[in-house]
Amino acid sequence: MNLATFIQNILNSLTLGSLYALVAIGYTMVYGILRLINFAHSEIFMLGAYFVFWGITLVHLPWPVAMVLAILVTASLGVLVDQVAYRPLRDAPRISALISSIGVSFFLQNVAIVFFQAIPREVYRPAWLEDPILVHGVRVLPLTLFVPLLSLVLMLLLVYIVYRTKTGLGMRAISKDIETSYLMGVPVNRVIAVTFGIGSALAAASGIMWALRYPQLQPIMGTIPGFKAFIAAVFGGIGSIQGAVIGGLTLGFIEIMTVAFFPDLAGYRDAFAFVLLILVLMVKPTGLLGERPEDKV
Amino acid sequence: MPTTQTTPADDVILETRELTMRFGGLLAVADFSASFPRGSITGLIGPNGAGKTTCFNMITGFYRPTSGEVLFEGVPIAGLPAHKVCRAGIARTFQNIRLFNNETVLENVMIGRHLRQKTSWLQTLVFTPASERENRRDQARCLELLDAVGLADLAGEKASSLPYGAQRRLEIARALATEPRFLLLDEPAAGMNPQESEDLMGFVRAIRQAFGLTILLIEHDMKVVMGICEHLWVLDYGQTIASGPPEAIRSDPKVITAYLGEEHAHA
Repeated sequence: MNLATFIQNILNSLTLGSLYALVAIGYTMVYGILRLINFAHSEIFMLGAYFVFWGITLVHLPWPVAMVLAILVTASLGVLVDQVAYRPLRDAPRISALISSIGVSFFLQNVAIVFFQAIPREVYRPAWLEDPILVHGVRVLPLTLFVPLLSLVLMLLLVYIVYRTKTGLGMRAISKDIETSYLMGVPVNRVIAVTFGIGSALAAASGIMWALRYPQLQPIMGTIPGFKAFIAAVFGGIGSIQGAVIGGLTLGFIEIMTVAFFPDLAGYRDAFAFVLLILVLMVKPTGLLGERPEDKV
Repeated sequence: MPTTQTTPADDVILETRELTMRFGGLLAVADFSASFPRGSITGLIGPNGAGKTTCFNMITGFYRPTSGEVLFEGVPIAGLPAHKVCRAGIARTFQNIRLFNNETVLENVMIGRHLRQKTSWLQTLVFTPASERENRRDQARCLELLDAVGLADLAGEKASSLPYGAQRRLEIARALATEPRFLLLDEPAAGMNPQESEDLMGFVRAIRQAFGLTILLIEHDMKVVMGICEHLWVLDYGQTIASGPPEAIRSDPKVITAYLGEEHAHA
């Protein structure tokens, strides 16, 4: 492997890794606050991609406008899912909301099949993302620079929200102790709604960029990336945003680099993530940065 | 709701009427009817498991009472969600300290400001001047509160790093940040040495004065109870067995049997 290929592989790893990370953040935030694994998250990812496709083909919006609108619409949808499917179950046993999330996942997938049909669709890619450019003599796909950079911007924005705004403080408070948060007057339901909105917006951004990277849309496109992002979140320590980012990037690097160095293993590519999950659960079930569950007195 | 009670509403800030909590077959609190004059410091005492904390949980909206009513300034609040009760002007601390351990001392107090902030979350995200102004004002206010409880120097420390007594004071500062008129303290002197308990008594009186509070406290330390409470309610097995000024309670035979007697047996 020469240096140029190696650099391309690094960029590919960063691209895939940040896409996983963006989705993993949504899983980890919702888990942190509600102790709920939101299985519908992978469908949010898928719908984000379809909304852009709609915006471009049906309404003829310019590409960036379609992307921003799709992210906003998907974020609202994420809030709606919480209001309809999870909020009524807030006081129910945790397993109920989990089952509800599986139901929402199937529901959204089938709605997508009805509305968008099951046949895979080609995605329009703007030329400025697709035509390779030369950076110091290395041919680079602009997309592999665009995705990590936009992801970085979104993650910095998230860090700002979580650590610098009152809503972020509310999120941290709720994830530590939801009961005390209620008693201290934190508007818990509103903060949870914002959390779902943010998580869904990030998933939509990831889904849209995923569709640019692998330009095909289909209603089940969220399933495998969703699973892998979930594994990334568990690997990093579910509940921890930093952990989700580290987990996502690690998974991206493992997948790309293993195939790059051992091309024979390319067929097992999807298996790496699951092997990683099994190893994590065996060796360190709380993940890299996960907190051990505190005993409440 | 009509506020024509037998007692003038402006004298009594909070009143409970036959407040009852049942957990399955267990009657945790039965027909707790009490009234709390504005500006008073009242103690709720009784042996372990008497239902004191259950009363707190019903008043603060943490439990929905099985039956009965809570009137806060004449308005019924029993069964309201906890954050609405808090917004109405009732705040509390906890028997087992429940701070947000990973956040700083200042952030813990800022959480209490959440419900009094007027700018929307969207405004804070996009950094509008109004939200910035509000944020600065609230931070200054929280620092004042920390100063009042003697923790101003530790504003940037992680809450979990504080010593025990300071954590109790931080909980009080966090409760004060919600701008309560009625403050419930659940065993504020727990784990304190005699000197700290002595300081606590002065502190409780001082915050009542400074913030115009009515205070209801649960306490096992009889020196503290007798030292600062103007009125006592005594619970035993969920029943109200006595109520009155501390001197009367001290000599009430029923209380001595149920509570002080047991206390002596342990000592």
